[in-house]
Amino acid sequence: MENILQEIGIDNYIYLSTLLFCVGIFGVLYRRNAIVMFMSIEIMLNAVNLLLVAFSTYHQDAAGQVFVFFSMAVAAAEVAVGLAILVAVYRNHNGIDIDNLKKLKG
Amino acid sequence: MITIIFYILSAITLGTAFLTILSKNPIHSAIYLVLCFFSIAGHYLMFNAQFLAMVHIIVYSGAIMILMLFTIMLMNLNKEDEKNKPILSRIAAVAAFCLVAFVLLAAFIKAQPAMREYAVSGKDYQSIKVLGQVLLNEYMVPFEFASILLLVSMIGAVLLSKKEHINN
Repeated sequence: MENILQEIGIDNYIYLSTLLFCVGIFGVLYRRNAIVMFMSIEIMLNAVNLLLVAFSTYHQDAAGQVFVFFSMAVAAAEVAVGLAILVAVYRNHNGIDIDNLKKLKG
Repeated sequence: MITIIFYILSAITLGTAFLTILSKNPIHSAIYLVLCFFSIAGHYLMFNAQFLAMVHIIVYSGAIMILMLFTIMLMNLNKEDEKNKPILSRIAAVAAFCLVAFVLLAAFIKAQPAMREYAVSGKDYQSIKVLGQVLLNEYMVPFEFASILLLVSMIGAVLLSKKEHINN
C-alpha cells in the first residue's frame, strides 16, 4: 500500500475530484431544496479535500493533510451556522424552498 | 488489485454523489451522502492517511450528517413534495454541469505531460505521530484559531436558532 500513486497515478485522482466537484456544482444549480444544496456544497468541499490529500502524498509533505484537517473544522462550523440559518428561514416561511428567499430585502 | 479497488471506490463515490442530488426524498439524499463520505474515507485509507480517514468518518459521517438528519426530521421534510424547477433552468443546470466538467477535464488532460513521475522516498510523513508534531509545532496558531472559530460558530448557531419575539 506504500506506492499507491505508482499504481494509479495522480492524474486519475485529479479526474475523480474534478468530476466530484462538478457533481457538486450540478447539485447546487439543479435542486431547490436548501438542505440538498448544502449537501452539494459538502460534496464540493470533499472533492477539494481528496485532491489535497492526493497531492500531499505526491509531494510527501504533511502540510497538505494538516490543511485538510483545518478545512474539516471550517466545514463543521459552516454546517452548524448554515443549518441554524435554515431553521430560522423555515420558521418564517414555512418551508425551505430557495425561491422564497427572493423576497428578502437586504 | 489496487487499481480495481480504486475504480470500484470511485464508482461508488460518483454514483452515490449523483444519487444524493437526484433522489427526491431528502432522507434518502442524506443516506446516499453518508455512503459517499465512507467511500472517500476509503480513498484516504488507500493513501495510508489513517488519521484523516478516522477524522473524516467521525466529523462527516458522524457529526455533520447527524446534524443534517436531525434538521430534516425537525422540519418534517421526509416527503417528496418538492416542486421541480422550471424546465429551462434544469436544462441550464445540466448544460452548465457538462460544460464545466468538459473544460476542467480537457485542461487537466492537456496538463498531464507536465506531471512528474512519483518517487517513493520511504520517509514517514503521514503517521499520526508526525502529523501531531507538524500540527502543534508549525501550525500552532491556526490550530488555536480553529478552536476560536468553532466556539464562535457554536454561539452563532445557538443565537440564530433561538426563537425570536418580533412583536415586543
